Amino acid sequence: MTTMDPGSHISIRRVDKVFQSGGQAVHALQAIDLEITQGEFVCLLGPSGCGKSTLLNAVAGFSLPSSGAITVEGTIITAPGPDRGMVFQEYALFPWMTVEQNVAFGLEIKGTAKPAIQAKVDSLLGMLHLQDFRKRYPKDLSGGMRQRVAIARVLALDSPIMLMDEPFGALDALTRRNLQDELLRLWTELKKTILFVTHSIEEALYLADRTVVMTYRPGTIKRDLRVDLPRPRDVASPAFNALKKELSQLLMEEQSRHNQDEFRGAAVD
Amino acid sequence: MKRYRHAASGILVPLAALAFWQLLSSMGWVNATILPSPTQVLIKWWAYLRPLEVFDPAQGSYLKWCFSGELIQDALGSLYRVLAGFFIGGGLALPLGLAMGYSKVAYGLFNPLIQVLRPIPPIAYIPLSILWFGLGNPPAVFLISIGAFFPVLMNTVAGVQNVDSIYLRVGRNLGASRFTQFTRIILPAATPYIFTGARIAMGTAFIVVIVSEMIAVNNGLGYRILEAREYLWSDKIIAGMFTIGLLGLGIDTVMSRLSSHLLKWHRGLEQG
Repeated sequence: MTTMDPGSHISIRRVDKVFQSGGQAVHALQAIDLEITQGEFVCLLGPSGCGKSTLLNAVAGFSLPSSGAITVEGTIITAPGPDRGMVFQEYALFPWMTVEQNVAFGLEIKGTAKPAIQAKVDSLLGMLHLQDFRKRYPKDLSGGMRQRVAIARVLALDSPIMLMDEPFGALDALTRRNLQDELLRLWTELKKTILFVTHSIEEALYLADRTVVMTYRPGTIKRDLRVDLPRPRDVASPAFNALKKELSQLLMEEQSRHNQDEFRGAAVD
Repeated sequence: MKRYRHAASGILVPLAALAFWQLLSSMGWVNATILPSPTQVLIKWWAYLRPLEVFDPAQGSYLKWCFSGELIQDALGSLYRVLAGFFIGGGLALPLGLAMGYSKVAYGLFNPLIQVLRPIPPIAYIPLSILWFGLGNPPAVFLISIGAFFPVLMNTVAGVQNVDSIYLRVGRNLGASRFTQFTRIILPAATPYIFTGARIAMGTAFIVVIVSEMIAVNNGLGYRILEAREYLWSDKIIAGMFTIGLLGLGIDTVMSRLSSHLLKWHRGLEQG
């Protein structure tokens, strides 16, 4: 047990991540400190190469920090686990499983009894409007549908934490807004702690309680912004746009550092 | 409607070829011993196909009598050898391929030997197979097993090695054990490769069966066309060749139907 703030759900302390890329040491994360409370919706925002996905993967347990510690409810993370369900950008549905088989898979691994799996799958498919597609294979679904299935698959785990890695990045604007609203509804209903990676300022401001802007390499926290706008948020409102402008400014600075690197041929993503 | 037009246009070239062939023969431009006419081939084919004896209920059922023709017996003999060799060779290759694909240690142990043996064509094993197994089915099945072994092995290894790492990450995220990872993720993800390997193996098995029958067996389609040459029965040779072609086509159709049924989840080339 490490010391933790009361109410802190995910605690990231002095996390560094260095990895080797093309014979060079890349400092992907440096001295990251972040406390996320129970039920909070936090967006990690930054240009590509800022380490936001690296940080998410560290919380997921896929690649552990080089130094520092990440704890969830006081326990240090050492491996991936179903207590931190992850939604991937590229959907990552198992193409050989139907929609319902994909959703049921995590429960089967857990060893849940068949009738309970059936009931859970039914309710999740209903919740995400997928009932009519339960026997379909992922190849026969649209991108938005696939991401709904991926969300249902993670929700089936009943994990208190949901990690999302640019989950809506590949979707068209309308589907994207639709799924964002859906996600907010589920979040309110199920009271999950969500850590959400995006490079879209508008998405971060639309969704998050807090938006954490990261710097380009080494990845540090540039700004931890609390978004206090009431939901549903009006993306056309002056308050929203003021925040958007502020974040744009911050992001532009990092983007230009990224561009300079790329110009020198040093950028590795 | 479109389908019929497709079929109609598909039959044009074969018909023209047949007509040309018939013309060559009817006009006496080629020696009938060297190239018999299509009608002559057809007559011989029927003679080869039909039962040799008249139907006699005392000898067994009508169905058995129907299958007593030389061609059917030959085809069944060849088919038996193909299937036996395919399942033995493929059956040995599959577990080895899964192990080599999954474990770097197994790969390091077996790969050097495999790489040395793989380029040896199955046909080069003929002398050894006769020394070891004599004549008849055993050497033929042995050769076919070798022919089926390597395609299944190589494709299975590639299939397991090429499983997209994102699926394994999802598996770990969902808390899957190594066993579950293997049976529920790696194995199904590798099946398209394994099926491709099986299809290639079936093609190889079909080549090898004909060759091995020409050398080590005294029935089967390969034996029969070589035997026909000794009597200068070119019509029977050609009838036998067409039978081989049709049987091959039949097997390949069954294989591809089966794999597209079992892999209906797969985004194949035909679906874009």
